[in-house]
Amino acid sequence: MTADDLPRAAAGAVPAGPRAPATASPAVRRRSLTMLGAGLVLLPLSVAVAVTVGAAGLSVGEVFVTVAAHLGLPVDPLSPLRDAIVWELRLPRVLLAALVGGGLAVCGAVLQALTRNPLADPYLLGISSGASTGAVAVLILGLGSGAAAALTAGAFAGSIAAFCCVLALIGAAPGGSLRVVLAGVAVSQLFSALTSLVVIWAGDAQSTRGVTFWLLGSLASASWSAAALCAAATGAGLALCWAASPALDAFAFGREAAASLGVAPGRTQLVLLVTTALATAVLVAASGAIGFVGLVVPHAVRFLAGTRHRVLLPAAALYGAIFLLWADTAARTLFSPREVPVGVLTALIGVPAFAVLMRGRSTGS
Amino acid sequence: MSLATRDVAWSADGVPIVDGVTISVPKGRFTGLIGPNGSGKSTLLRLLAGLLRPRAGTVLLDGRRLGGLPRREVARRLAVVAQESSTDIDMTVADVVALGRIPHRSPLALMGRDDLRDARETEEALERCGLAGWGERRWSTLSGGERRRVGIARALAQRPAELLLDEPTNHLDIHHQLDLLRMLARAPVTVVAALHDLNLAARYCDHLLLLEAGRVVASGPPAEVLTARWIERVYRVRVAVSAAPDGRPHLWYSPLDETASPG
Repeated sequence: MTADDLPRAAAGAVPAGPRAPATASPAVRRRSLTMLGAGLVLLPLSVAVAVTVGAAGLSVGEVFVTVAAHLGLPVDPLSPLRDAIVWELRLPRVLLAALVGGGLAVCGAVLQALTRNPLADPYLLGISSGASTGAVAVLILGLGSGAAAALTAGAFAGSIAAFCCVLALIGAAPGGSLRVVLAGVAVSQLFSALTSLVVIWAGDAQSTRGVTFWLLGSLASASWSAAALCAAATGAGLALCWAASPALDAFAFGREAAASLGVAPGRTQLVLLVTTALATAVLVAASGAIGFVGLVVPHAVRFLAGTRHRVLLPAAALYGAIFLLWADTAARTLFSPREVPVGVLTALIGVPAFAVLMRGRSTGS
Repeated sequence: MSLATRDVAWSADGVPIVDGVTISVPKGRFTGLIGPNGSGKSTLLRLLAGLLRPRAGTVLLDGRRLGGLPRREVARRLAVVAQESSTDIDMTVADVVALGRIPHRSPLALMGRDDLRDARETEEALERCGLAGWGERRWSTLSGGERRRVGIARALAQRPAELLLDEPTNHLDIHHQLDLLRMLARAPVTVVAALHDLNLAARYCDHLLLLEAGRVVASGPPAEVLTARWIERVYRVRVAVSAAPDGRPHLWYSPLDETASPG
């Protein structure tokens, strides 16, 4: 701090003279671009390979032929059976896994920034408990005759109901990020209690098992329509949050610091909470509550690609997609002919990964 | 005139914190806010920054009502260094300082358009705070005083015309206190800082505002405000004033119930 380099703010002048333009952190920048590039290559590759994995052996070439045939390209189609395995069974499921994983990771990253809580995950806002209450109501009370579509609709309605309760609690008085977390926890408890009540009151062994499978998260009921819905939710959620990434950066030091950087904290928080809640509700309705993706993937990506949301959000989407895609591939094949709910696997992989990450962080800094 | 207030008031739970303050901050000068604990310095600063909405009265920036200006436009003009600020995110120092560039970024910055300029501004702000080459360090590993200087670098990266600081010398050793205050005094921007050390305020400020119970009781150049009469009344201490080598007032304190006073 010498007289020569005083702030020239009033004049707004740029310092004169040739000076090497210093990049803020070239190492982090290079690493984050590498991560994005690698993710963009790995994701389509993973989709193509994961579709070939399963009881009926297929080759990557057969996958491409099937996709080309369905796109109306002049290729010789596979036999109807193999075609159906690729197009009706595996491809929607693999794509759904990628979309759900990517969407959950983005929502987790956004909520961690908005609430300044490293433990925040997409289910923070009561979404998953609300969804289970809705799903249980459909399954056990037999609303909508228990059809798959009714289950999804019930789960979605439950999520939105829970999120409205959260909004009502935080809307009562303007407050900080802690209020959001507390409201989320309280509403989650309420809806878990409601779910238990319904199960104990009206459940039989079989419907209880179905509920459990769903609560742990499973992509077994994947369909093209579910994948399309999730594509819309993940795509729109990512686009909106990405556009708000400077505002998310600004939240690092709290609401008042964000306000002093020109961000309207209340409005930003509300818009992004609603965005992530709606996206999560769609994802949960399609797949159940798959834990750990939304918590661990953002931390891992932040550790490797830096904290700026402009890079963090797309990277979280890519690696969340790749992670859940392979977790689900393992869930449906490793214990064949049985299938494990993918939520069980994500927790089994996620916790050790988290431990390694925390160790790396504490020794690295 | 850059910042001014007209009869501005703010209260918490019915207790008045700032109670009818009318001031005008001289443009391009260093104004010190002084007063005992709880006299309303921080609240007045946050009102001036537009972070609190006055319950009564108005805050004016160049004659326009601050509350009516777009937040982003205000952030390009006016930077704030809060008393305490922290984050749980494991950020680098460069990332923290670069936050100051947010109000200046165009929507196209998402594609990286402003990156070079922002990096240059970030680096320069770090240099001004004596932190050149610190960009890669982790914010979480810094001491309180170092964090404080990073916070000031963040505010400078905002390229403000008005810079508001709440006790900026907190946590700083005496070398860095003097360094910082000298930089603020020489900077061609309007500075308003809440300060506890009256002798440092005497030495570096052009203009002082003395607060007591939410009201400005004295204002003017240090020699007019830092008089035994005012300081004894507002701070409830015994004071002897002498002239420092630079001609500015220097205060010697003792408790009210002690008879002998040094100096």
